[in-house]
Amino acid sequence: MRDLIDQSGGEGGTGSGPEPAALWSRAVMAAALLTVAPGALGGVVLRARPGHARDAWLEVLTAVLPDAPAWTRLPAGADAAMLSPGLDLAATLAEGRRVTRPGLLERAAHGVLLVPGVERLEHGVAVQIAQHLDPDRWEDAPLVTVALDEGAEAEEAAPAALSDRLAFGLALDSLPLSAIGEAPLGVGDVEAARARLAATVVTEEAIAALAATAGAFGIQSLRPVIQAVAAARAHAALHGSAIADEDDLAAAVELVLLPRARYLPSPETEEEVPPDQPDDQPPPEEEGQDHSDAAEPEAAPLEDRLLEAAHAALPPALLAALLAQNRQRSSAASGAAGAFAASTRRGRPAGVRPGLPGSGRRLALTETLSAAAPWQPLRRRDGPRSGRVEIRRDDLRIRRFRTPRETLTIFAVDASGSAAIARLAEAKGAIELMLAEAYRRRDAVALVAFRKTGAELLLPPTRALARAKRALAALPGGGGTPIAAGLDAARAVAEGAMRRGQSVSVVLLSDGRANIARDGSPGRAAAQSDAEAAGRALAATGAACLVIDTSAAAARRGAPEARRLADAMTARYLALPGAGAEGIAAAATLAPAAGRRRG
Amino acid sequence: MPSPKRPNSRKPSSRKTVAAAKTAGPRRFPFSAIVGQDGLKQALMIAAVEPAIGGVLAFGDRGTGKSTAIRALAGLLPPIRCMVGCPYRSAPEDPFEGFEGAAVEEQPVPVVDLPLGATEDRVVGALDLERALATGEKRFEPGLLARANRGFLYIDEVNLLEDHLIDLLLDVAASGENVVEREGLSLRHPARFVLVGSGNPEEGELRPQLLDRFGLSVEVLTPRSVPERVEVVKRRDAFEHDPAGFMDEWAGAEAKLSKALARARDRLHKVVLPDELREAAATLCLALGTDGLRGELTLLRAARAIAALEGRKAADMAQMARAAPMALGHRLRRDPLDETAAGARVARAVDEVLGTALGAAASA
Repeated sequence: MRDLIDQSGGEGGTGSGPEPAALWSRAVMAAALLTVAPGALGGVVLRARPGHARDAWLEVLTAVLPDAPAWTRLPAGADAAMLSPGLDLAATLAEGRRVTRPGLLERAAHGVLLVPGVERLEHGVAVQIAQHLDPDRWEDAPLVTVALDEGAEAEEAAPAALSDRLAFGLALDSLPLSAIGEAPLGVGDVEAARARLAATVVTEEAIAALAATAGAFGIQSLRPVIQAVAAARAHAALHGSAIADEDDLAAAVELVLLPRARYLPSPETEEEVPPDQPDDQPPPEEEGQDHSDAAEPEAAPLEDRLLEAAHAALPPALLAALLAQNRQRSSAASGAAGAFAASTRRGRPAGVRPGLPGSGRRLALTETLSAAAPWQPLRRRDGPRSGRVEIRRDDLRIRRFRTPRETLTIFAVDASGSAAIARLAEAKGAIELMLAEAYRRRDAVALVAFRKTGAELLLPPTRALARAKRALAALPGGGGTPIAAGLDAARAVAEGAMRRGQSVSVVLLSDGRANIARDGSPGRAAAQSDAEAAGRALAATGAACLVIDTSAAAARRGAPEARRLADAMTARYLALPGAGAEGIAAAATLAPAAGRRRG
Repeated sequence: MPSPKRPNSRKPSSRKTVAAAKTAGPRRFPFSAIVGQDGLKQALMIAAVEPAIGGVLAFGDRGTGKSTAIRALAGLLPPIRCMVGCPYRSAPEDPFEGFEGAAVEEQPVPVVDLPLGATEDRVVGALDLERALATGEKRFEPGLLARANRGFLYIDEVNLLEDHLIDLLLDVAASGENVVEREGLSLRHPARFVLVGSGNPEEGELRPQLLDRFGLSVEVLTPRSVPERVEVVKRRDAFEHDPAGFMDEWAGAEAKLSKALARARDRLHKVVLPDELREAAATLCLALGTDGLRGELTLLRAARAIAALEGRKAADMAQMARAAPMALGHRLRRDPLDETAAGARVARAVDEVLGTALGAAASA
């Protein structure tokens, strides 16, 4: 959403219209609703870098929260063990008896849980917090959870498992200082609203309208709808109405549904299905409309009015940007989770052996203590009575992990016109075989396609092979051959994966005949040298490369361009017709072993 | 709508205050109030009646009430009688060593959550540090497996759990016993639980060799029809808004279901599995090419559990046809990239194999 606002600034000039003020009042409303119905709404994902806007919003939240609940901040790098009660080792050792420490979630019960850097949160931790927010746990759950998302890129986002359970999403980075004001309401208003909440009604018609609106936004999960109903009720209670009216519903749509919209039903986009739609089924909007027309004739007008209100809440120029951004985010969210699964931060424990910790070897505390334990009476008798655990050097144990290096295979596919359609089909066949192989080995795959003037990351690194296959099937062909752009895109993905500790192999499927240079201009010579430069840069990252020549000439003697490119990439070279799809799949399997690894 | 019948009209008086919820015991969404999700509900009920089924895997969309369903089901089961102080909740009929003479108490059926980041120590149990430090005595401190004994062990996002932990869990779930050989400890304790895993396939799939070790597998999808979606939201909202009132409203349906479950458990081992049904199960598994006998065994057990739930004296083809998709769907040898729904393939085979068998049975 930050990017979204930035774009509006770029296009229409800053301060054109009431957006910042509206954004702030929306943010304040979210804070107020959260305090009125904290359980049902869960909390908020606050996308803002540390700064004035963020602080101001947190101040508003503090100002309207009755009873001044305690704030608990999740420490950076919190692991799942810290969340639940456990052994307080320092105290246990000092006192010689078991001392337990409360879990973080336990401490945050009935208070405000602040989760900084939620975009970097380990998936297991996010899931554990999310499970704690389920209604059957409300008794000891945090009252309000505030997830601070400091991500700079669209692909950095809060784990879906957690953000799913937090009703609101706010993006405050673009908020100018002038827009930030005092909270227009106080604790008294919230307390009065809480008292009215139980008697506030959301009619069945209103619920149906919210459900239909969510359908029109392409929101499949029902959780946002449930949250929207709760938000509408809280909004009505705050404004003193006994029955949630259209304004209340519109506020709920704006705050809960709109930020999650995958697409907006306007005349231009009605027919469009986002490419990353997770189902092959028809988009729910059509279905939704049909059913609501048939079953509940009165609901349709209200739903339309809600959509209208939603449109009015955002300037029209921003709708397209929202559309693009949410698509991006939804695909990135699942991609990020896949990446977590492939991380090498923890390995399979391969036992414990005696040894000294340090220089990366981790002390196995439990095992050390258990090694020392049987000797305690003896050592205490011999040595001075210190009352402490007597640990000798020989007791020290260190942990060993076996971490199979996980592999990401990036397919860079030439979808240009020169890679004739038949070749493209053959290349797709080869990739499918390699995907099946990757599935067997639990490797992650990513798919980059290049054609016309640029490259596109069709599939961020993922282990969900079904998605890879869908992305591949939808791969269009035709246009120029921007090999340099394709290799650059592959390199960006490769570098990200390497930072996560994965080893990377890149498979380029192309005829090697570049005709679009890096800057997008046509011209064979410049394009060729750019492609080779990009190839060298890719090779320099340490990724193992494989070039599969898809040119017709490859059948006879191999195309010189593809060979030269393979040399630049220090890649293995294979000609598709000679190798056949099966041979290529086997070769791709070998590629990581053949390649160098980054030391 | 496939949802159960709505009980009597809502009493306005039951919506009075939220505070009343605190007095009504644990707040739990009623199992009978769950809209749709028939597959998941059926699978969980089978597992509750026949714990030997080997666990339930629920794969599908987020926010479809998977964890709600399992907690709700546990709430329907009668409390278990166990020895006071026993960490394994051992039963009076079979007390754990050292608890033979202990008093007996009733406890609710446990539902233990296995967090993703759980270490092997926490799952299996580990050396009791306190004892080790204070007296140098080696003593076992039970882990999550012990706590789940006689109940449910629930793993959300099971596809993201480390493989060696899933292996371990499936081993224990199958054998009903946790064997500990570590840190100089050597012991075994009962760990009979129903393993329930859930996950979102978009985040990575479960390895095939782990997949087919789950007894039943169901796909959980967000409902797509608008009336059904509205009904889900309405009930959820009513529950969150006034849990006590909502639970009151459904108390009758819940009591009925609870009784049905208890009766099915008593009846289970008296349900007859006719020989022709066993033959049909074998034919069906052959036709689908499922490996090993596990599929066949699970299929028969599930069919028997369904028959017990329906109050029948013997299982027949109809129950088996219903059990087949969840007992066999995840055991098909498949091309990982072939998206033809496994359910469709099973349904076709059921039609072919059981259809003729059903016809033969009818004409005989």
